[in-house]
Parts: sequence; structure tokens; C-alpha cells
Amino acid sequence: MIQYVIRRFLQMIPILIGVTLLIFLLFTFFGEDPARVALGSHATPEKIAALRAKWGLEKPLVVQYLQFWREILTADFGRSFVSGERLSDMFKEGALVSLSVTLPPFVMGTVLNLCVAMLVAWYRGSFFDRFMSVIFTACMSVSYLVYILLLQYVLAYKFDLFEINGFIPGVKGLAFLFLPWLILMTVQFGPDVRLYRSILLEETKADYVRTARAKGLSEKKVMFKHVLKNAMIPVMTYTVVEVPFLVMGSFVLERYFSIPGIGDLLVSSVNTGDFPVIKGVTVMIAVAYSVFNLITDVLYAAVDPRVKLS
Amino acid sequence: MNKNKNMTSAEIVRGDTLWRRASRRLKASRLTMACFVIIAIYLVLAVLGYTKWIPDFQQQVGEKFMHPTLAKPALWLGTDVFGRSVLFKLFAGARTAITLGVLVTCISLPIGLCLGAVAGYFGGKIDGLVQWVYSVIVAVPYILLIIAITYILGKGMLAICIAMGIVGWVGLCRMTRAEFIKLREREFVLASRLLGASDGRLIFRHILPNVMHIAIVAASMEIMGAIKAEVILTYLGVGVQDGSSWGQMIADAPGELLNGIWWPTFGVSLTLFLIVFALNRVGDALRDALDPRLV
Repeated sequence: MIQYVIRRFLQMIPILIGVTLLIFLLFTFFGEDPARVALGSHATPEKIAALRAKWGLEKPLVVQYLQFWREILTADFGRSFVSGERLSDMFKEGALVSLSVTLPPFVMGTVLNLCVAMLVAWYRGSFFDRFMSVIFTACMSVSYLVYILLLQYVLAYKFDLFEINGFIPGVKGLAFLFLPWLILMTVQFGPDVRLYRSILLEETKADYVRTARAKGLSEKKVMFKHVLKNAMIPVMTYTVVEVPFLVMGSFVLERYFSIPGIGDLLVSSVNTGDFPVIKGVTVMIAVAYSVFNLITDVLYAAVDPRVKLS
Repeated sequence: MNKNKNMTSAEIVRGDTLWRRASRRLKASRLTMACFVIIAIYLVLAVLGYTKWIPDFQQQVGEKFMHPTLAKPALWLGTDVFGRSVLFKLFAGARTAITLGVLVTCISLPIGLCLGAVAGYFGGKIDGLVQWVYSVIVAVPYILLIIAITYILGKGMLAICIAMGIVGWVGLCRMTRAEFIKLREREFVLASRLLGASDGRLIFRHILPNVMHIAIVAASMEIMGAIKAEVILTYLGVGVQDGSSWGQMIADAPGELLNGIWWPTFGVSLTLFLIVFALNRVGDALRDALDPRLV
């Protein structure tokens, strides 16, 4: 097990090299000159050159790239070009904000969607099941933006149930969070329930279900004690992989509601050419993505004795 | 076995191929057939959009923000802030969305199929390389890549097509690779290899046709994903710039809704919903019909 984990960590290195190279090349070769963006269009060439030198943009590319790796290994990405803030502080704040937006609906949504999927799987093959399948596909087919627009318009503007827009940190800000939470849960509903339903139905075809029925267990016992328990393995796999995206937040949602999370930070740093932020966020996301993939595989082997790590 | 229940005797004589079985299953659901019709209508609209048959959406057809009336087709869905017909804007959006969906699929489908096939068939170093490439692409946030590519190519249709095409092949590549790993050891492949078939012939002539059902389902999902993503990218300001996009209409919607102007939002939401729903439904139906394991 430990050997496996170590080997997987080593496998992350080539992927990280690829990610860093890709980001580095894309943004140093093709991105706008951050010094020019920071100083505006009326800046003199001397001023731009001075700022470029200060930010280390005049050094050879290889040196800049190696410096990038030193930053990764020491987990210190320096300061933002734009605000001059320390990046580690910006990330900590942003990640907390993003998590406060995405984590509660993720947890509540997963439980709720699993319950609904269980209900539909209980009546599998009936008219109710087929009707609900169409409903779930319909829920999946509404654009994210349309959900945001309509829910904000109807619930916050027409019925005045929620705050329309904005974000305040801390407990007072809860009022601002309810609407994004509701939107995220609505967006997740269709695809999640469909996925869980197909996982549950896949399990009901297994041999152990036939055995359980043959020995006379009630349908309730079969579904809740046997099928649900076994279905939790794939459900868990899909859920754990989602976690890094929670930290990242949702670009569109954070943009729309002016919530200062990681997604918003990334989009605005791309617009201002704030390369340190782009580098930092990308590396963070790539590492988080790989680590959570590894956690999924290890968990999978831990709960399912048939799976061997190799 | 009730497999032959709905077949005529002539069909039984001709043999029951995968495709014939699939088309019978598809025809069994009226909703699925309706979805095919919806997709066909959008395709026709998209093609007509390139001819003179559909009026130019930039043209002014009335006052600003006219309510929908049945007087003229141009006013069926009212007008926007410049007095342009909302209906014609939706048609132009359909042209943009369908063109984009088809182009993205034309880029990503061959890449995904070929790389998946090569990686799965040869294994070893080639497989390692392909896996490395897609692991890197998946680990970088999608939107960052797309924005970076719009820097290189400039904002607009071409940039998003290429960007989404480059990003979009990963899923299909993984599935194709897994299928190839399974199929390359099967008897029919070994038999042709013994008869002296080359690698290329084995890949394209013998194994690939057995993977086509995955590609077909992936294509319908890819088109749908591209249409949904284009709306969001245009909303974020990196998408289609000439105003002929549903994303632009959604970006205008919050301000219009607050002033009680509901028809552009209504029109664009419904148009977008119908095509995405139809593609979703058809994708599912195709998967059910073509994949023999899931019944």
C-alpha cells in the first residue's frame, strides 16, 4: 500500500512538469505583457522596461521556468503583480470563500440526490421511473446561466426571499449564500440523480442480489442493506473526485454574484495578466486533482477487497 | 427470447445486425423520435442561416423592445434594445451554436479516436505518452486553456472551436483506449493477425468498427457540451464576438428582466433548452440502443 502511494506520488511529477510547461509557455509567449497591462496604455517604454526588470521578466526563459519550480517546491509563489499581496494569503482567503459557497450544497445535494435516486430505483421500470428519467434529462439540459438568471429573478427579485447579489465574509454573509447554494444544488440535481440511479440499477443485477432474494430477504432489506451499501463504492468514487473542484469554486457563479473566491481570482488574474496568480492557482489545482485521484483509488481498495492496488 | 418479436420475416432472413436492432429500438420511443426531429430542424436552420433565406438579424424591424405580436414573423418574439427581431437573433444563434458544435466535434472526434486507438493497441511507451498528454490537459482548468488559446488566435469563433476541440477529446480517448485494450486480444483480431494483416488494417478495419458506437454517442454529447460551453464562454467575454450568440442574449438578460422585458430571455432559454434536451435524449437513446451490455 505504502509502496503504491509513493509510486503514485512519483507519477505526479511528469504530469506537474507538463502542466507547468504548458502554462508557462502559453502565458509567457502568448499572454499580454503584464507590465504593459499594469501601467496602462500611456506608459513610457522605459517605465515598462523597469517594471519588467523588477518582476524578473527580462531573465532568460529557462531561468524563469526553473524559478517557477523553486516556487512550487517551496510552496511560495511570491506576490501578486497587481495588488502586491502575498499569494499564499490570497489563496487561503479565496479557498475559504469558495468552500463556503460550494461545500454546503455539495454535502446536502449528495445526500438528497442519493435519496431521490433510491426512490426512483425502488420503482425501477415503472411509469414513474421513466417519467422521472425524462425530468432528470430536462433538468440537465437547462443551461447553468439560465438557472442562475431565473432563480435570481424569481426568488430574489420577485419574491424577495434572498439577497440579490454580493458577498460578506462571516456569519452575516449567510443571507448572501443561500441563493448560490440553491443554484448549485439545482444544477447538480439532474446529472447526480441519473448517475446514482444507473449505479443502483447496475448493482441490482449482481449475483449477490439474486442470492439475497433467494434466501427470502424482503425487497426493503435487499435494497437498503445490500444494494445501497455496495453502490456506495462507486458513488464515493465519483464524489471524492469532485472535491478539488469545490476549492476552485465555480467560475461562472462567483463571477455572476461577485463572490471573491478562487474561480473569480483566476478569471480576473487572466484578464489583468497577473501571471503569479495564474501560476499558483493552476499548480494548486493540478496537485489537488492528482492527490484526490490517488485518495479515490486508495479508498476504493480499502472498501472493496476485490480491488488490488498495483 | 423476445428479440425477434417486432421483426418481419424478411428481416429475419436478412439477419439481425446491430444497426437494424438499434434503429428498431430508437423508433420504439416517440419522445426520442421527436428529439431527432428537433435536431433536424436546428440543423436546417443552421444551414439556411448561410443562405439568404433567413433574414439578417442585424436588421431593424421595429421600435425598441416591442412586445411579441403575431402580426409579422419578425415580431413573433418581439424586438431587442436596437429594434432587432429576437426571433431572427435566435436563428443566428442557432447557426453559430450548430456550426460550433459540429466543428468542435470534427476536431476532437478524430483526435480522440486515433490517439485512443494507438494507445490501446500498441501499449507501452506510446500508451504512456498519450496518457501523459491527457493527464496534463485534464489537470489544467478548462477555462484557463481556452482563454490562453484565445490570446493566440484572437477572440472569436475559430479560437473557441480549436480550443474546445483540443480540450474535448480526452473522454473519448480514454474510452477508446480501454475498448482497444480489451479487443486487441480477442480471437477475431488474433485470427486476422495470423492471416498476415498489418497493424493499420487491424486497427482501422477490424477493431475500430467495434468501437464506433462509443464514438457516435460521444459525438452527440460533444456537440451538446460545446453548445453549453459556448454560451458560458461568450457570457464571460471570451466567446463569439459578433452578437450572433445565445450567450450574448443571456448576458443582456439580467438588465432586461429587471425592466419587465421577458421575451428575449424566454426565447433564448427555450431555444437553448430544446436543442440541449434533444441531444441529451438522443445520446442516451443511442447508448441504450447500441451498447449491448446495458439493457
